[in-house]
Amino acid sequence: MSMSRNTKINGLLLLLVAALAVLPIALGMGEGKEEPFAGADAQAETAITELKPDYEPWFSPLYEPPSGEVESALFALQAALGAGVLAYYFGVRKGRRQGAAAAEAAQAAAAADTAAAES
Amino acid sequence: MHIAEGFLPPLHAVAWGAASAPFVVHGVRALTREVKANPESTLLLGASGAFTFVLSALKIPSVTGSCSHPTGTGLGAILFRPPIMAVLGTITLLFQALLLAHGGLTTLGANVFSMAIAGPWAGYGVYLLLKRFDVPLMVTVFFGAFFADLVTYCVTSVQLALAFPDPGTGFAGALVKFGGIFAVTQIPLAVSEGLLTVLVMRLLMQSSRSDLVRLGVAKLTGRSGQEAAL
Repeated sequence: MSMSRNTKINGLLLLLVAALAVLPIALGMGEGKEEPFAGADAQAETAITELKPDYEPWFSPLYEPPSGEVESALFALQAALGAGVLAYYFGVRKGRRQGAAAAEAAQAAAAADTAAAES
Repeated sequence: MHIAEGFLPPLHAVAWGAASAPFVVHGVRALTREVKANPESTLLLGASGAFTFVLSALKIPSVTGSCSHPTGTGLGAILFRPPIMAVLGTITLLFQALLLAHGGLTTLGANVFSMAIAGPWAGYGVYLLLKRFDVPLMVTVFFGAFFADLVTYCVTSVQLALAFPDPGTGFAGALVKFGGIFAVTQIPLAVSEGLLTVLVMRLLMQSSRSDLVRLGVAKLTGRSGQEAAL
């Protein structure tokens, strides 16, 4: 009972996050923009060149992904690494809890056996 | 909030690097101490770093018609205190600077200061303040994560306004400009980050209450006291 309520709340939290991400697109909030839903970081670079047109970046990245595809692959890799470690963490914790519960049940069964044998 | 490589004048780059360095060094010490004293923390430390990895990789559309990403630093700041996040955040920013050309080495100091230092401390401060007023745990967690996220982007706006004041209106004018790009975009994303951090904290309450009790985040109570003993 409490478990299913927990799951419901967790699902609702995920749904809210998804809605917050989808609504700006669904409501067309990028319309009329030169580049809808561009990255804020890139917009800041544009703002810098507007404020100081003669500014020249004085250092360039040591390595730059050769294309947008490679870049998005590396971003996906970053997210996948993080998600993998998080899933590993929760898997280990769940396994430990189940193991502890199983050991407890076995112990209780053994104790009941001994008690039965003694009587 | 990633200031691109070479986009801060050398003097600013060095100054932010100097400002961040002591926090990161102190954080490395705090991290080694924590791992030595509580080896069982290692797994949860990894999970906190992983949360930052996932969230800072997700570029999410916002109401301003542009995209930005959460930071994921509030969770670790609440669990392990902000110095640890100075390290975990720096690792994430280094990964992005070296492999993704996102952020940069010359701007690492400034980016570390906003995402791995100012954000986590702001979020942790809000969390502590609300906790003092007996606000329910999940509400404190939400606002802790919300402010860790939002303050990061406000600090980035200040950093850029300091480096590139508006020719006419000066620092204030530039702050409005960069704040419009970063801070306003970030508000719904900070809400998302708050909700996701609450979700992970709820899962941690179910799976690792004993760790949360040891870290002083959760209290030992009734039925869950038995779980904590495991």
